[in-house]
Amino acid sequence: MESESTTTAPSDIVAPGGPSLERTRHLMPTGLSASTSLIGANGSTAEMLAYLSRSETELRRFLHGLPGVDQVGADARAASLATRSIKTSAKFWALEMAVRMVDLTTLEGADTPGKVLGLCAKARRPDPADPTVPSVAAVCIYPDLVPVAKRALAESSVAVAAVATAFPSGRASLAVKLADVRDAVTAGADEVDMVIDRGAFLSGRYGLVLEEVQAVKEACGPAHLKVILETGELDTYDNVRRASYLAMVGGADFIKTSTGKVSPSATLPVALVMLEAVRDFADLTGARVGVKVAGGIRNAKDAIKYLVIVNETVGEAWLNPAHFRFGASSLLNDLLMQRSKQLTGAYAGSNDYSMS
Amino acid sequence: MSEPRLTVRKTYKLYIGGAFPRSESGRSYAVVDSAGAFLANAALASRKDVRDAVVAARKAQLGWARATAYNRGQVLYRVAEMLDGRRAQFADEVAASEGLSHKQAAPLVDAAVDRWVWYAGWADKVAQVAGSSNPVAGPFFNFSVPEPTGVVGIVAPENSSLLGLVSVLAPVLVTGNAVVLLASEKRPLPAITLGEVLATSDVPGGAVNLLTGRVAELAPVLAAHRDVDALDLAGAPAELLVDLETAAVTNVKRVLRPRDGDPEWLSAPTPRRMLAFLETKTVWHPIGV
Amino acid sequence: MTWDYAPAPESRAIVDIHSSYGLFIAGAFVEASDGNAYKTENPATEEVLADIAAASPADVDRAVEAAGRAQKSVWGPMPGAERAKYLYRIARIIQERSRELAVMESLDNGKPIRESRDVDVPLAAAHFFYYAGWADKLDYAGFGPDPRPLGVAGQVIPWNFPLMMAAWKLAPALAAGNTCVLKPASTTPLSALLLAEIVQQADLPPGVVNVLTGAGSVAGAALVAHPGIDKVAFTGSTEIGKDLQRALAGTGKHLTLELGGKAANIVFDDAPLDQAIEGIVNGIFFNQGEVCCAGSRLLVQESIADLVVEKLKRRLGTLRVGDPLDKNTDLGAINNAAQLEKIRSLADEGEAEGAVRWSPPCELPAHGYWFPPTVFTGVSQAHRIAQEEIFGPVLSVLTFRTPEEAVAKANNTVYGLSAGVWTEKGSRILWMAGQLRAGVVWANSFNRFDPSSPFGGYRESGFGREGGRQGLAAYLDV
Repeated sequence: MESESTTTAPSDIVAPGGPSLERTRHLMPTGLSASTSLIGANGSTAEMLAYLSRSETELRRFLHGLPGVDQVGADARAASLATRSIKTSAKFWALEMAVRMVDLTTLEGADTPGKVLGLCAKARRPDPADPTVPSVAAVCIYPDLVPVAKRALAESSVAVAAVATAFPSGRASLAVKLADVRDAVTAGADEVDMVIDRGAFLSGRYGLVLEEVQAVKEACGPAHLKVILETGELDTYDNVRRASYLAMVGGADFIKTSTGKVSPSATLPVALVMLEAVRDFADLTGARVGVKVAGGIRNAKDAIKYLVIVNETVGEAWLNPAHFRFGASSLLNDLLMQRSKQLTGAYAGSNDYSMS
Repeated sequence: MSEPRLTVRKTYKLYIGGAFPRSESGRSYAVVDSAGAFLANAALASRKDVRDAVVAARKAQLGWARATAYNRGQVLYRVAEMLDGRRAQFADEVAASEGLSHKQAAPLVDAAVDRWVWYAGWADKVAQVAGSSNPVAGPFFNFSVPEPTGVVGIVAPENSSLLGLVSVLAPVLVTGNAVVLLASEKRPLPAITLGEVLATSDVPGGAVNLLTGRVAELAPVLAAHRDVDALDLAGAPAELLVDLETAAVTNVKRVLRPRDGDPEWLSAPTPRRMLAFLETKTVWHPIGV
Repeated sequence: MTWDYAPAPESRAIVDIHSSYGLFIAGAFVEASDGNAYKTENPATEEVLADIAAASPADVDRAVEAAGRAQKSVWGPMPGAERAKYLYRIARIIQERSRELAVMESLDNGKPIRESRDVDVPLAAAHFFYYAGWADKLDYAGFGPDPRPLGVAGQVIPWNFPLMMAAWKLAPALAAGNTCVLKPASTTPLSALLLAEIVQQADLPPGVVNVLTGAGSVAGAALVAHPGIDKVAFTGSTEIGKDLQRALAGTGKHLTLELGGKAANIVFDDAPLDQAIEGIVNGIFFNQGEVCCAGSRLLVQESIADLVVEKLKRRLGTLRVGDPLDKNTDLGAINNAAQLEKIRSLADEGEAEGAVRWSPPCELPAHGYWFPPTVFTGVSQAHRIAQEEIFGPVLSVLTFRTPEEAVAKANNTVYGLSAGVWTEKGSRILWMAGQLRAGVVWANSFNRFDPSSPFGGYRESGFGREGGRQGLAAYLDV
């Protein structure tokens, strides 16, 4: 249905190609000033970045002008989506997709090459007894162990993701954080999971957060960048929305909930808010940023709830490993157990599945 | 001829943090019936047990207060269901403890259950009776809500081992407070059995803590404890009252003194014991476009 | 690859539906005195569910008499604490049998099982729990010492929330010491009859609760006119409510009415947008829009109107219409053919008036009574679809510029049951709440119910409140 524009528009702002500017302006967060001319489709993330990087004031106005999130309403929507009953063929599809979306993770001080080798073997072939089980999306490890993983996963579809930027706290100089990223990329990491500076965010230095994301994105080179918001430290959903935008404007390929080292980590409402941000950002710029939920997803039932939220918030275009991931370790075996129950009808025992 | 079956006797421990530990002091004391015959050994709680109980209560209090009123009402109603199912057992214990016949004890137990039900029904109503929206002279929405005081220390009635106990415990619990209760020194056994009922009724661990022992030893510890917000001195011996109230001054505890005359649990309950452990929070908010 | 949710049907086998049901009078199920019966059907499939007794005026006599005797000799004199225990028992058994009740409700009414399971049945139990707790505390309810009951209550309820309405009526009446004769809607008798079985299981003294199924025009009319009835409580359409008020004029019978509505759901430009969209969807599509307090008028601030409509339409793409017993269904069947016809006719009228009609693509089953979720934009206050209650899944979208204008438009109706306000600004929420002529104002929320929260309307949405301390007033002589 065509409707009359309700905002005055200078005549020189029609962007060529892509969704019409009239339409995109209406989708804009209400706080944006009149210089919306820079925002259009196709490559507009870069334009948005350029505009917002100019001034801390403009950046704050933009972020604080985004529609607020009512916490009770968001919790209620997530809870309602969690009541979806996914059975039979739908459940089987979801279980297999979830396996393919797993970033199999080990992030312990005690990690060794041996531990990582075990992880990679499991990632490649989650169930030694059943070759029809797909490989997971990636392994997620500390950067110094990337070479071990790269060798172990040569000629497999499993990517190597490394955490970097003084993970998990992010409390180090930018130089140190970038060196951390470069080490990982040089060693061959396909993906980099960075952390934002929560101290900067919570003290309102949004420009600094944005700059760091940009800088890390540049240092990533060909590697994909996931930006960890550490939502458990951000406390409010409004902050989660704002941090999501900062990460996306800064060039994130994925936004990620948590390091898994802080509680609470991923929750359904937080994922909902992040997916809504991703959806709105896609409307605004055409860019499809992925979402990774990490920490606290222990069983298949939880994983399926997240997939439902993805499905009913952003839709099927995000229901693939290129746009949604689970950062988890024990989840994988529960997915396999549920899958086996579907195939055989019997409940499996915990020793039926190999450890990583 | 068969021998009478040997009973498997119950061990009476403390109820702290949802569990049943012995006293950290390892002490116990002999509980006797009204004729002086041995009933059981009860744990003789120490000041450290009091300390542990207060820690447990504080830990549980916020979660209990933040449960919905509906949920608290459901939990208390469940306690009543469990109590009712064990009426005969309680009647035996009350009879033995108070020197009554089973026939005399049974109505006291029934009254205790019914009283618990009465209080359970207050959970989602006390705010409507004790709260208000206040018509202030200005463009402000102004409302007052009752909130639980926090951790309440209770010295349970000395003589009425179940009905009196329930009459002091239920009102404090239903409004969202957490409790550290010193049972009747001479008649402690029904209190510990009540602890078993609480433990099987979805009452969060730590919301209620029950200690048995010497009131003269333990009450002053509770009264002086700075992480206890209020005191109910229902069963405190008269000679201790001044000292206990004086000790309570350290953190301005709210103190409910025992009343003169007949114990109030012999008559119909009133909201008094709930209101005594509620704070009133008043909020202002402007009204405007 | 599309992820289709496979069918997730709740099992019908969980509930035992008898082939026929009698009237519940004086603690027993009895046949109608003239043997009349009718059939109740499943609106999603049009299959017959059971034969239902049709009460005659003679049956009404029997029931009212039984209720009167029970009130004078048993229930009225009974101490409140004992009445409380009966009500607690009923609440508990509702909880125990919640799954049966939910399936029964969805089969007979057409609403999605997710709603009957998660909303209707839990709220029914909660009302009994809440009012059980008042039965022995009436001295503290704010009506003075020892308030007395009215006597026998005749209670007529609608088909949109059959079990929940039964609970809303019975619980406070019984707690206050009245006995009841309940007349469920003719198209939805089953959950009330199952409730009667529960009443038996609770050992409630005979005659305290009686259930008369049958036609409103026969049993309902005879009930409210009966001299043995001291109090009439009615929930239903404003039209019938007025008939009732007329019939009772000069009789001295106490009356409370809970009637229709045309609520405005008001969305300001600083609303929490995604949650507001959910509130709009819930407001008009919960229970197929067959809700007296439905947010059937969306009043959206003009500056964000296009954005909101676009987000709403996108959101409606995930609304699932279909088999009420499927756990993933969001929108079920319309309760009966007459209502479906009314919705269709008003929707057609909306188009004729010039509003623009839109529905998301959805496949409606071949049998049963179905209407797709429908949004009308370009609606103004002068349109019929902005003034008349449709009682179906049809939303009318209007715009406003300022808070004053929002209030004027919201109040520009003969109704006054509910309203929604969406804004992050607290002072404006309170200002709007003070200006809106509605008995219930939902801020940044919609369709929230609680037994402790009074519910009822202004003006032609009725008078009297259900829920809360205030809800006792309807059943006490105060």
